[in-house]
Amino acid sequence: MSILPQLAFVLILGVAGFILAKRIQFLRRNILLGKAETRNDQPENRWKAMLLVALGQQKMFKRLVPAFLHALIYVGFLVINLEVLEFVLDGLLGTHRLFAPVLGGLYTVAINVFELLAVAVLVSCVAFLVRRNVMKVERFTKPELKGWAALDANLILVIEIILMFAILTMNATDQILADRGDAHYLVLGPLFFSSFLQPFFEGLSTPALVAIERFAWWFHIAGILAFAVYVTYSKHLHIFLAFPNTWYSNLKPKGEMVNMPEVTQEVNMMLGIPTEVPTEAPAEIGRFGAKDINDLSWVNVLNAYSCTECGRCTSECPANLTGKKLSPRKIMMDVRDRAEEVGKSLNAGGPGLADGKSLLGDYISKEEINACTSCNACVEACPINIDPLSIILQMRRYVAMEESGTPAQWNSMFQNMETSFSPWKFSPSDRFNWSEKVKEEEMK
Amino acid sequence: MSTYQVPTMAEMAANSQTPEVLFWVGCAGSFDERYKAVTQAFVKILNKVGVSFAVLGPEEACTGDPARRAGNEFLFQMQAVANIQVMNAYEVKKVVTACPHCFNTIKNEYPALGGNYEVIHHSEFLQQLINEGKVTLQGGGEFKGKKITFHDSCYLGRANGVYEAPREVIKALDVELVEMKRCRTKGLCCGAGGAQMFKEPEPGKKDINIERTEEALATGASTIAVGCPFCLTMMTDGVKNKNREADVQVVDLAELLAKNMGI
Repeated sequence: MSILPQLAFVLILGVAGFILAKRIQFLRRNILLGKAETRNDQPENRWKAMLLVALGQQKMFKRLVPAFLHALIYVGFLVINLEVLEFVLDGLLGTHRLFAPVLGGLYTVAINVFELLAVAVLVSCVAFLVRRNVMKVERFTKPELKGWAALDANLILVIEIILMFAILTMNATDQILADRGDAHYLVLGPLFFSSFLQPFFEGLSTPALVAIERFAWWFHIAGILAFAVYVTYSKHLHIFLAFPNTWYSNLKPKGEMVNMPEVTQEVNMMLGIPTEVPTEAPAEIGRFGAKDINDLSWVNVLNAYSCTECGRCTSECPANLTGKKLSPRKIMMDVRDRAEEVGKSLNAGGPGLADGKSLLGDYISKEEINACTSCNACVEACPINIDPLSIILQMRRYVAMEESGTPAQWNSMFQNMETSFSPWKFSPSDRFNWSEKVKEEEMK
Repeated sequence: MSTYQVPTMAEMAANSQTPEVLFWVGCAGSFDERYKAVTQAFVKILNKVGVSFAVLGPEEACTGDPARRAGNEFLFQMQAVANIQVMNAYEVKKVVTACPHCFNTIKNEYPALGGNYEVIHHSEFLQQLINEGKVTLQGGGEFKGKKITFHDSCYLGRANGVYEAPREVIKALDVELVEMKRCRTKGLCCGAGGAQMFKEPEPGKKDINIERTEEALATGASTIAVGCPFCLTMMTDGVKNKNREADVQVVDLAELLAKNMGI
């Protein structure tokens, strides 16, 4: 028996591993372009969030039909990967169905379960293709989903369908060969789903079947490895990043905006409140708010890489629903695109962040961030706890505090607050006038 | 018969008294012509039940919420630190407010600046009064058996997870509570949050409050109950826009309860 296939397998595995390691390094570096932020408090609640929201898919079930279809693909992905373990061992050792003799009858049961899941994944992927391309579900037809985003989504579904077909084809031809008494192939118990494919192959010669079976095997394992690399370029990264992303969820009340302690000192001085003057020279003062990805927290950038562009955020955004330019999904896609741009530039020895472009301005416009009502519908809707609002509010801070570029009506509101301590132009001495009427009324 | 009382913290301090709870009125509660009625209704309930309360009166200032949401952190902190100084000087322990924006800011954002209080929204406060049997509901009245829908305000609901207290208050009133399609965690914003109250909306095909009002009207309710001054304005404008002000009214929870109590 030639050792050549084993060598080829090791080579493929090695190349895929190398590329993946490079890609993971690239993604990690890009995510860490964001500012340092420590989010390790309440570990028990973080594990809980990860188990419920990522592993348990809790928030997906707000929409039952896609949740069910998605769950089939998700369970299929988890379980069929067990079979990949056998694939890898077979590839390395030059064996065929290594686990079959060990597991005996259970092996047939397991393969039937894998086939059931493969069919479930296949059906779900077809349903998802129909939802996107035939039914044109509204959230998949928004402007930010044109071009690469739409192609990416369809490619993922098509690749998964092809990979599932490869499994079924492999099993179908494998069992025909086993029935013909080929010593290399083991007769298993009946395989329900792949047996439906057998009539298509039964007329073929044994060498042709071996070729198809081997092709399907190689195609499946090489396909999975290639897909793993593809995922790092794709919105499909959520299959891995959903887990850290939910672990690093914001556990505070959604309405709470992060304080800016660097402002407090100055405020205390203005108000004549004695404060501890720091003895050390202040650390380099960054920008107020966020203009580019390095002004955001690394968690914001992790959010962006975890986003799978499902658009539940945008479909519940009151601004987007009423025709404004703002789309929370686009905010997340923009952050990722900008991080990719900066990362690629850095890798090529380019200027990186200093390329004369920025997230706010070149990717996201003021019109978009000004349309936000901070209602948290996007945050609530996200199946993996992504927080577009945090990014929007940080950019508003930049516009207000670094550019003084807020809309004129907001500037008037600021003025009113500065002079009369109310967003409206009323005299502060009239603030208690409302009580006069009620104080004259007889208590019933 | 005596009249309703609205003691200020300053008056109470002058008499060496400390109220149990500070009623934070807010800017809309103080200045908005329509919304002042909500402040008055709430004060009447507090009087009637005999809650020991006081207001800051002229010493109150905007919490700074709209400035912060519009990006002006400096102005927000100026307002916040000044308010905290006043409240801490009076040794305030507990705050109740009818405005979800004030509620959110004082509860969640003042602690980072040295203001630590127990803060509750008036919907929770009213629910507690009802549960404790302190409110004598008269039943009947103008809302008896009528359909009422409740509009969740973002800063009460999603921002702070208060969904049931306002509904419990409404259910106590012998009325039929009907839900809009988008309610609780899925509630649609009225369009005023995030400082939108203070500027024209960005260009679009519709105003958010119209979208929300249409949804509220679709329930067939004759009353839209709210628990937020901005929502009250936005929904009232929406109802006017739809020429339904003759048969549909927009009211705050405190007004609903006060009317039921006959005050």
